[in-house]
Order: sequence, then C-alpha cells, then structure tokens
Amino acid sequence: MNGKRTPLDLVRAEPGPAYTATFDGAQIAVLPGQTVAAALWSAGVTAWRTTRGTGEPRGVFCGIGVCFDCLVTVNGRPNQRACLIRAEPGDDIRTQHGTGHDETGEGEGR
Amino acid sequence: MSRHAHDAYDTHESHEGVGGGARRSLAVIGAGPAGLAAALAAAVRGSRVTLIDAGAQAGGQFYRQPAEELGARRPQALHHQWRTWERLRDGLATQIATGRVTHLTDHHVWCVERLDLDEATGFLVHALHGPAQEEPSVVRADAVVLATGAYEKVLPFPGWTLPGVITAGGAQAMLKGGLVLQGRTAVVAGTGPLLLPVAAGLASAGAEVAALVESAGVHHVARHARALSAHPDKLVEGAGYVAELMRRRVPLKARHAIVEAQGDGALEAVTVAALDRDGRVTPGSEQVIRCDTLAVGHGLLPHTDLAETLGCRLEGPAVAVDDEQRTDVHGVWAAGEATGVGGAALSLAEGHIAGCSATARLAGREPDPRAWNAAAKSRARGRDFIASLDAVFAPRAHWAEQVTDATVVCRCEEVPASAIREAVGELGATDARTVKLLTRAGMGWCQGRMCGPAVAGLTGCEPRPSRRPFARPVPLGVLARAGEDLPDE
Ligand SMILES: Cc1cc2nc3c(=O)[nH]c(=O)nc-3n(C[C@H](O)[C@H](O)[C@H](O)COP(=O)(O)OP(=O)(O)OC[C@H]3O[C@@H](n4cnc5c(N)ncnc54)[C@H](O)[C@@H]3O)c2cc1C
Ligand code: FES
Repeated sequence: MNGKRTPLDLVRAEPGPAYTATFDGAQIAVLPGQTVAAALWSAGVTAWRTTRGTGEPRGVFCGIGVCFDCLVTVNGRPNQRACLIRAEPGDDIRTQHGTGHDETGEGEGR
Repeated sequence: MSRHAHDAYDTHESHEGVGGGARRSLAVIGAGPAGLAAALAAAVRGSRVTLIDAGAQAGGQFYRQPAEELGARRPQALHHQWRTWERLRDGLATQIATGRVTHLTDHHVWCVERLDLDEATGFLVHALHGPAQEEPSVVRADAVVLATGAYEKVLPFPGWTLPGVITAGGAQAMLKGGLVLQGRTAVVAGTGPLLLPVAAGLASAGAEVAALVESAGVHHVARHARALSAHPDKLVEGAGYVAELMRRRVPLKARHAIVEAQGDGALEAVTVAALDRDGRVTPGSEQVIRCDTLAVGHGLLPHTDLAETLGCRLEGPAVAVDDEQRTDVHGVWAAGEATGVGGAALSLAEGHIAGCSATARLAGREPDPRAWNAAAKSRARGRDFIASLDAVFAPRAHWAEQVTDATVVCRCEEVPASAIREAVGELGATDARTVKLLTRAGMGWCQGRMCGPAVAGLTGCEPRPSRRPFARPVPLGVLARAGEDLPDE
C-alpha cells in the first residue's frame, strides 16, 4: 500500500491468522473479529445489495445497525445487517438482490 | 482541564447503602458512557445491575473498541479521554467479578414492558441475541435506565445513496470497531463537532482526507466565542483536532456544503459549493473534489424508541428528564444522548446521576442531590456548552433547494423528492405522517430513522419522532411466543 499507514498499523494490531470466506463465489481473506461489512471493505468491496425498486447498489451507510442499507445474504439467509454480524470462517456471503428471497426460494419477505 | 469534565466520578466502593436489605435490581440499557456510568454508580451503591447492550463489548460510540481478536496493542491511538475509559472498563470488570453487575453483550432490546399487575411490579426487558438476533431473552428488573445514545442525521442531496457515501459516525464506528477504511480518499462534510474527530481519525489511520467541509461559518464561531470560551477544556479538545488536521494538511472549508455526489455505481467525486450568509449556495462557486468516500453528517438524533413504547414524555426529539434524570414514567430513568445530544462528558455525568438516584429510590430513600454535586456541575456546564454549539452548528438553511426532484429521500422505500413535493403541493399534505401514508416515505426497514428529518423539512413541518412499535425488527416467531407478555397496545 505504497508505504501508507493503515488502521491496523496505527493501533499496532496483531490479529490472529486470517481465514477465508467467499463473496459471490470469490475467496476473500477475513481477519478474526471483523464484521461482514469490515471484511468486505478490507477486500475492497463497498456495495453488496441492490434495491428492490430500481436495483441500485448499496453498502454501509450508518455503520451501526440503524439504516438497513447494508443488508446481505450470508449462508443462504438474506437480510442480515453486514455492519452487525461477525464474519465466520467459510461464510458464503452473497450480494442480495431486492428482498433476497428470490434466489433462496424462501418465498416473499417478511 | 478536560480530565475533570470526563472524570467518571467513582468507579470504586462507596459507603452508601450497601448491604441494606434485599437488593433491588436495575436494568441499564446501553453500555456507552452514560450506561456505564449509571451501572457503576448504581452497583457501588448496592443495586444489582444488568447491563444490556447490542455490542460485543462495552464502550458505546465514543469508546467503541476493536474486536479483541484483532489484537490491537494501542487502541488508544484512535481514542480520546482514554484514562476515563480505563476507569470505566476496570470498574466494570470489578463489579462483574463481585457479581453486582451482569453484562449481557450482543443483546438487542426491542421492547421494555411495564408490569403493573397487582402482584407484580417492575419491568421486562425483551431482547434478541445470537448472531442472527433471533434468540429471545427476557430480563426482569425493578427499575430501568435507558442509555441508548443517538444515531446520525443526514439530510439528502443528489447522489447520497451511492455506495461510498456513509455517515461520519459510521466511518468512525467502522474504523474504531473493525479497524477498516473504505477506499483511500475521503471528504468529511456536513455540520457539527463530530466532523473534527472523524476527519482526524480517518487521516491518522491512513486515509487521504481531501477536505473537511463544514457548513457553519467561522464568523459564527467568533460570534459565539464568549460562550464557548467558558469551556476551555472543550476548546482545547477541538483545537487538538484542528492542529492534527493542519499537520496532515487537510483543507478546512468553512461555510461550504456538498451539493452533489457523483459516480457510476460508486462514489467518484463530490461537488462542493460556498454558502452565502443566509446559507444559500453561491452560484459559480462549485468545485469538484475527487474522492471514493464521503463521510457526512448533520448532527445526531436521540434513540427514543424504548422510551416511547414505555410512554415516556419526549421534549423535542429527546426523552424528557428531571434533575435526577427520571422520566415521567415511574421507575424509568434516562441518561446520555437519549435525553439530548451533548457528547461523552455530559453522558457520563447524566449516567452517574441516574445510577445514584435509581439506587436510592429503589431502596426506598429520597436521594440527596448533594451526593452527586460534581456530576451535576459537569452536567450544567455540558448542557451550557451544547447550547452554544447548537447555535454555531445548525444544519444550513435552504438545504432543500439542492434536493432535486429525482433525489431519493427515503432510502429504504426509494421515495424521490418529487413524490414528497407532490404529496405536499398537489395532495395537500401538511405533516410527515400524511406524507408517509401517501408516499411510503418512512415505512421501510429503518422506519423513517434516516429520512424523518428530510421528509419533515420538505413538508415544511417540525420533525417529530414517529412512534414505532418496536426498537428493533422482531422475527414473527419471537413475537408470537412473547405474545402473552406484550402490553395491549
Ligand atoms: C455512529 C456514531 C459514532 C460516534 N463517534 C463519536 C466519536 O468518535 N467521538 C465523539 O466525540 N463522539 C462520537 N459520537 C457521539 C456519541 O454519541 C457520544 O458522544 C457518546 O458516545 C454518547 O454516549 P451515550 O452513552 O449517550 O450513547 P452511546 O455511546 O451511543 O451508547 C449507547 C449504547 O446503547 C446501545 N443500544 C442502543 N439501543 C439499543 C437497544 N435497543 N438494545 C441494546 N442496546 C442498545 C448501543 O449499542 C450503544 O452501545 C458518535 C455517535 C454516533 C452515532
Ligand atoms: S450500515 Fe446501517 S444498518 Fe448496517
């Protein structure tokens, strides 16, 4: 990173070994303790949902669980707030389209 | 010095009332500065406390900690008032060890229910826990302190739904908690004192902060200098951030605002314009700044849902409290930003007072306010300071002029400004509730938390907290099982 400081450097972090999860099928490295949103940001991903109406991309907005813009499908479960849930080893994280129920065949949203 | 203002008053043993009779229990909801101060003050005075928070760790927004597994050896590099945090953290550990405080992490409270059946009084705190927040959990308590903090207000502008546009506090939360930045080049914009620590935090963590854009004018600050100068500790804190920004060569643009965010699927640049004395964009002053992150905020709004379902009176956007931090509902106290936004020091003072008062009243005693003299002084100073800050950092007038008809106002239901203008202009709506029914603005996932102030502004009415049945989304199964416990409403 052209010698630039990172947040991890700033706090002298010594995280445990990274593990892998997948985002839309591609492998991403996840540091233990990170939320799904933090893991996606680290992998350079900033959008992981498209809206129900116009299909526009969205990602994190409020960062604290209030806005619901960061909804994502994890291991087949749609509508998870990426900024709140921890990423676990082997998680299958997928872009959520609309209510996220079409892909999973679970029927309409709640 | 600020040490005084941020002092946690006491996190050690006290003499008052310990061991007298059966201990009554107190549920403190929120483990930020206010909730921590309340829990500790109550525990050392003899209450049995359950501290309940949605987070994995105590700290709230101001003292948000990185996940332990990230192994941060110097987390204080992202923090201010670290010694106060150490006192709170160690005090909490002590109280947990002695069994006076139980700390429930990852518990999202969706409803606090008042029991006033003949044989039972007190409260049931309903929460969801587990990774998917689907496991119900109920805490019974004789009294409750609501210390639920605040969330950020953002007024809309064209392009504000683009990925890359985030709230200023959200950028800070992701940085402090996950040790991550989004992108490389950030603009921090809006209005209010939170923008300074956010810009300084992002810059110190390695982001290039291309500009700090504040819509208040420097002349404004000067006009209020006398009131502000009564609070040298705060000025020192603010000056520290400014010095850090100058050291990192972050350009400060006062009396400027973002008029548009641009990008194809993700943020690529923002347009910034100068404002005249009335807060209107000066034509021809527009300037494009390339960035992949826009951290934006126009102030904070108190979290009042739990208070509202309990029937507590609100004052403006905040929970109304008396000198003891009591709400008008018997057995319910509130502290910190839920009662009005004012920063961590004020939250600590209010929490301390709430904890002292609640313990005394639970023991059937009239509390002696002299017992919290220092906190009361700090609270008075804090509220005073906030009043002067509010005069400096008001969201700029005429923001709505930049909201084009196509701008999405309600992010969840994707309602454009044109629909709201039509509801007002053609359909005659004069209040946000009617606009909501006509347009669906505020009916989506976030229940109007994000669009509320904007809808009110575009409607031309006062923003009012809208009553929400639950503070958090609740799976239907949980609701069905909890059915018997639910109040009639
Ligand atoms: C996103 C964000 C970031 C901020 N960052 C800073 C900063 O870096 N510097 C600064 O000076 N100020 C910051 N602030 C301002 C901050 O709100 C206060 O200064 C201070 O943290 C307020 O203390 P508090 O105890 O009142 O609330 P908070 O610190 O907000 O604590 C409230 C706690 O309540 C919990 N909670 C709320 N609702 C529920 C519920 N229903 N169930 C369970 N738990 C719940 C939350 O998880 C949180 O831990 C930030 C504000 C926000 C919204
Ligand atoms: S970013 Fe707002 S809920 Fe996750």
